[in-house]
Parts: sequence; C-alpha cells; structure tokens
Amino acid sequence: MTEAASHLPASRLGGSDIRTISKVDVGLKRRYAAERRFRAFGLAAVTIAICFLAVLFGSIIGRGYTAFQQTRITMMVDFDAGIIAPDGDRTSAAVMSGDSFRFDDLIAASLQRTLELDPNDEDGLYDGLDLLSKGSAPLLRTMIAKDPSLIGTKRTVDFYATGDVDAFVKGSIRADIPESQRLIKDKHIALIDRLEKEKALHLAFNTGLFTNGASTRPEMAGVGVALVGSLYMMLVVLALSLPLGVAGSIYLEEFAPKNRWTDVIEVNINNLAAVPSIVYGLLGLAVFINFAHLPRSASLVGGLVLTLTTLPTIIIATRAALKAVPPSIREAGLGVGASKMQTVFHHVLPLAMPGVLTGTIIGLAHALGETAPLLMIGMKAFIVDYPTTPFDPATALPTQIYMWATEPERAFSERTSAAIIVLLVFLLAMNSIAIVLRRAFERRW
Amino acid sequence: MSAVQAATPFETVRTPDPANRPIKVHTAKVKVTYGQKEALHGVSIDIAEKAVTAFIGPSGCGKSTFLRCINRMNDTIAGARVEGKITLDEQDIYDPDLDVVELRARVGMVFQKPNPFPKSIFDNVAYGPRIHGLARSKADLEEIVVTSLQKASLFNEVKDRLSEPGTSLSGGQQQRLCIARAIAVSPEVILMDEPCSALDPIATAKVEELIDELRANFTIVIVTHSMQQAARVSQRTAFFHLGHLIEEGPTDHVFTNPLEQRTQDYITGRFG
Ligand SMILES: Nc1ncnc2c1ncn2[C@@H]1O[C@H](COP(=O)(O)OP(=O)(O)O)[C@@H](O)[C@H]1O
Ligand SMILES: [Mg+2]
Repeated sequence: MTEAASHLPASRLGGSDIRTISKVDVGLKRRYAAERRFRAFGLAAVTIAICFLAVLFGSIIGRGYTAFQQTRITMMVDFDAGIIAPDGDRTSAAVMSGDSFRFDDLIAASLQRTLELDPNDEDGLYDGLDLLSKGSAPLLRTMIAKDPSLIGTKRTVDFYATGDVDAFVKGSIRADIPESQRLIKDKHIALIDRLEKEKALHLAFNTGLFTNGASTRPEMAGVGVALVGSLYMMLVVLALSLPLGVAGSIYLEEFAPKNRWTDVIEVNINNLAAVPSIVYGLLGLAVFINFAHLPRSASLVGGLVLTLTTLPTIIIATRAALKAVPPSIREAGLGVGASKMQTVFHHVLPLAMPGVLTGTIIGLAHALGETAPLLMIGMKAFIVDYPTTPFDPATALPTQIYMWATEPERAFSERTSAAIIVLLVFLLAMNSIAIVLRRAFERRW
Repeated sequence: MSAVQAATPFETVRTPDPANRPIKVHTAKVKVTYGQKEALHGVSIDIAEKAVTAFIGPSGCGKSTFLRCINRMNDTIAGARVEGKITLDEQDIYDPDLDVVELRARVGMVFQKPNPFPKSIFDNVAYGPRIHGLARSKADLEEIVVTSLQKASLFNEVKDRLSEPGTSLSGGQQQRLCIARAIAVSPEVILMDEPCSALDPIATAKVEELIDELRANFTIVIVTHSMQQAARVSQRTAFFHLGHLIEEGPTDHVFTNPLEQRTQDYITGRFG
C-alpha cells in the first residue's frame, strides 16, 4: 500500500508525499482498531450474557437438584387381616371405609418392630413416628385398597420421611446449630443415624415430585396436577391458535384488499402482541368466567386466555413467513391456472411452514411460562386430584412455582427450583423441536 | 390523460402481415393504470396465430404490463386497472362471465426468472394437468409429463432424475422446465417475459431453438431486450416506447426498414 502510493506523483496526492502516506496509514490503523474494538465489545457482550445464564442455571440447579431425590424409610409391614379387615370383608371399598386409625396402628406396629421398641415405650414410638410423613397412613390405605391381596402378607414398604428429616439427611439442616433452634432434635438425629446404619433410611428417586398434586406436607407435594393442567392448556392453545392464527394471517396477507381497514387491523395486531398479559387475564375473567360462566380454575379457561396472548405472536410470525415467500412462486402458480386458494395452499403455505411452525412453538413456549393471566382466572388453587378433563380445576407449572415460592419450608423451596428446572426442560425441548422442524421443512426448498 | 400525450396525437405505424396468418389475440385501445399513473396509453395490436411476436423497447415502456394483460396477471396487482378490449379467439377475456383460471390455462406464461416450484421435476410439470383434471389415469399423467418435457427439449437431460427437485437444475434447464410446465396444460398462447435474461448464452441459444420449434403448435408472444433475439426468433415485432405502441410489422421489415424515426433510433442503439 505504502509502496504503491509512493509511486503516485505528488500532485495527485495533493501535497508532500510523506505526509499524505502517513495520513493513509493512520486512517487504516484507525479502521482496524475500530473493527477490533467492535469485535471486543461483541465478545464481551456475549461473554457477559453467557455468565449470567450460567449463574442463573447454576443457582437454580444447585438449589433444585436435591428435590429429585427424597428420603425414604423402609419398614417391614405386617398387613394384619385382623386390623385391616376386622369383619372379614377384604374389598377395596371396605378398606377405604371405616376407622382410619387402624392404618396408623399398622405403621406403629411396624415401627416398633423396626426399632425393636418395648411395646410400652410410648415416647420412643412417638419419636420414631415424628420421622415419618403424616401422609404415610393414607398412602398405606390407598396402597392396600389398590391391591387387597396384600392383606394377610408381610411386605417391606418405602415410607416418606418428613420434609424436615429429608432436609437434614440432605444436609440443609445442620447438626451443629443449637438444638433449640433446630427443627430436628438430638433424639431424632440419633434415630436417623441408627436407621441409616440399618439401611432402613435411604435416598431414592423422587417420583412423587412428578406424580403428586398439591399438599401441605412438602414431602408429598408434586407438580403432577400442574403438569397435566399445563398439558391441557397447551393442547387448547395449539388447537385454537394455530388454525385461527394461520387462517387469519393467510387472509390478511394473501386475500384482504390493502386499504385503510386492513392497515388498522395490522397496527392493532402488532399492538395486541405488546399488551401486558395480565390484561388478557382480566379479559378472560370478565368474558369466560363472569359472562360465559365457564368453570373457574379450569385449564380450558387458562387455554382460552393463553390463546389470546399467543394469537398475535403466531399471526405476526406467520405473516412474516408468508411475506418471505418469493412472489415468483405465486406468479408461477397463478400462471399455470391455479386459483388463488390453490396457489396459497399448494405452494406458498408449504414454503412458509418452517416460519409458521417456529412462530407457533415459540408462541406456545411463551404461553407455557405465562403466569399473570392464570393468577387472574384462579389457576392457583390448592388442587390435590388430577383433572380428568380440561373443565376440571387445575394448576399450571408457573403458578405452581409461584405458590411454592411463598412457602417457608426448605422442602418447598427446593421443590420451587425443581419445578423451575422441569419448566425449563420443557421450554428447551419445545425450542429444540422448533429447530428440528425448521431444518426438516427447509430441506424441501 | 397526460399533457404530453394530448399534445402529440398518436398513431401506431403498422405494416400488414404478408403471410396473412389468422388472428389469435386482438387488442384495442388497452390502457393500464397503476394507481394514478398511466403506464399504457392505449395499445392496439393483433397477434398472429402460430407465430412468434416479439415486443421490444426500452425498459419501463410497458412491455411486461401489456403482456400481463393478455392472461390477466395484472388482476393480481393491487391498484392496477385495465381498460380497453382484449379478445382471444373473438372472446372478450375481460368479460365478467369468463373464468380467469380457465383463461390462464389457455394462455400460459413463462417469467423472467426461472421459477420452478420447490417440488420434484415430475410434480412441476404434472401440477397444471393435475389441478385442471387433464389426466384420467396415472399413466395419462406420466405421458403428459413426458411429452411436455420432450416438447421443451428437456426430457433427455432429466429422464433419470424426474424425482429430484426442480430447483436442482441449472438456470437454463429450470427455464425449459418452466416452459414444459406451461406446455403441459396445452395452452393456445404462451407469453414469455424476457425468458432468457437470466441465462447464459448457451442456455439462451437452446431456449431460442425451442421457441422456434414451439411456434408450430402455439402462438407465442415474447418480450425481449435483445434485438438480436427478436430478430432470430420472431416473425412479427412490436416496438413500444413510453407506454405507446410505436410500430409493428414483420420482423425483417421492422429491423431493416423501420418506418418510424424512434424505431430506427432504438434499433440502431441511439437510445434504450
Ligand atoms: N406493479 C406495479 N406498480 C406500479 N407501477 C408499475 C408496476 N409494474 C410496472 N409499473 C410501471 O409501469 C411502467 C411499465 O413497466 P413495465 O411494464 O414493467 O415495463 P417493461 O417491461 O417494458 O420494462 C413502468 O413505469 C413501471 O414503473
Ligand atoms: Mg419487463
């Protein structure tokens, strides 16, 4: 560069040779420096973003991973027919009716056997019972009701430990703080150590986290109902917003005349995408519940509200995808005598499909994480039983997280993080599906 | 009507067809307005059957606009308005009773940029016959596809790869595929808007050869910016300028002995 410039006559460089050449050099240096700076800024931005993401994931996983394991206490249970079925009736119905304390007696008996207690040692028995979840007796009862052939046999059963015992075993309640401030007393610690040594107390994978519904006992609480509720809502959203959104976009983009009305509609759709979701919640409350009298807390209503929030996203994505289809394809279709409808459905829509699907899945992912509108329509109830239809009351993953986040117990706070992990896994899965579908459809180009 | 046009009353210079071919498309005083802007100021021309008519003229003079009137492709442009009369075999194509889909099956079109569907070569050609229900059986359809590809001189090049995507072909092959696609619905007229402008010289020569062969069975109207091409493939030539049809006549006559000064200026390269 320098050499080439020095061959030019001084007159063309407009002054003394040396000064001009050095000016050119400086300019180049500055440009390279600017480029390096820009790259450095970009790299820094990406690095910072990745750091934040790592901190976020690290803290959530760090706090939540323990919830995927749970402390169990294994005991031999004598399913004594004399206690369970005193009148000889061994049907499920008989098991579910009658005195519920007989199952507490069963547990007490097996605890006495496990700890080799004196039958008259009441204090020892109660200390042992303190370790077991208060939900153990109902659990045992449903277990027998499901399989009445257990009556009269002896089996080992895994019981849940209480949330506090669980927290102690996982190390989040420490033994070195003064006993008066500790939720687990010294006598309990002695028992836990003894059961651990006898291999009766152990950690196992927490299936209840995925299958149980709401519970005031943290060790029995799970996201099962929330998962089913979220699934129903996603189905409702998909079934409504995909056809409506795609049909609406096709009409607006391909058929509607371009006039002031369609401009107004276009502006409004873009505005609707920016409306805070809680407003949709209020709208849903007013229209679906107060006016249409649909059941409160039902996943159907949640799905309808989320459809409203998702529609603008899907419409905008679909219209962008349709716009991106080259006009030559439309001309080709019309040119061989296809009708407008045939041109759109045979040629334009298939080409727009990757964009449509990506938009839809990203809209669904948004809907899956949406919380505020669901709180408005009451999807934060205490729901123990699985919803069998979308009309039954249910909760959703994000509202479940919201409810658990307000609970003080350690077992609830680890479940909060675990539920966030479950939600994030679903979101990641949905986004991956979007990418895979996009690739699969793009290959047809 | 613009002031310029009012100041210069306009008359197209015409030289009759010595071969006296029958007229396929007749147009009278065709005006096209895009929004407020009049792009064509009244074009009248008769297009001869089973011959190639070339439209030449500087770019922006309205050749494509006029071509697109003949199969009513202008209908698809928002704000475009067509006035005047166009008949195909004495049938008014802007008659409200006429089905535009049927018209486009009778008047096929090949575009400037090859635009095969992102489907297989076979499906590209089969698409028209399929939607119009031209084939009674699968064998019928296959025959239509094969003969169309043969007529478009493409069959030998693609016969082993009919299931490959049309977009995998070279530019020239794609354009011949588009011609095959147009032929497959047995149109009477084929409109071609600068069909070779995106092709290299060898591919261009092949398409020109093809156009010359197709003339035996189809009425062809071709827009071209290459005067050599017009001279090579067409029997009649129409020269457009600023939305007017300036001169039309037998190709050799227009090129060797133009009657209008502007035609002379254009073909000698003085403007354009
Ligand atoms: N879709 C359109 N909307 C508005 N004006 C157009 C449109 N298409 C063409 N025109 C105008 O009409 C005139 C003729 O264009 P065109 O027919 O494409 O010319 P040519 O094909 O001869 O180059 C030009 O001035 C062009 O700007
Ligand atoms: Mg043009």
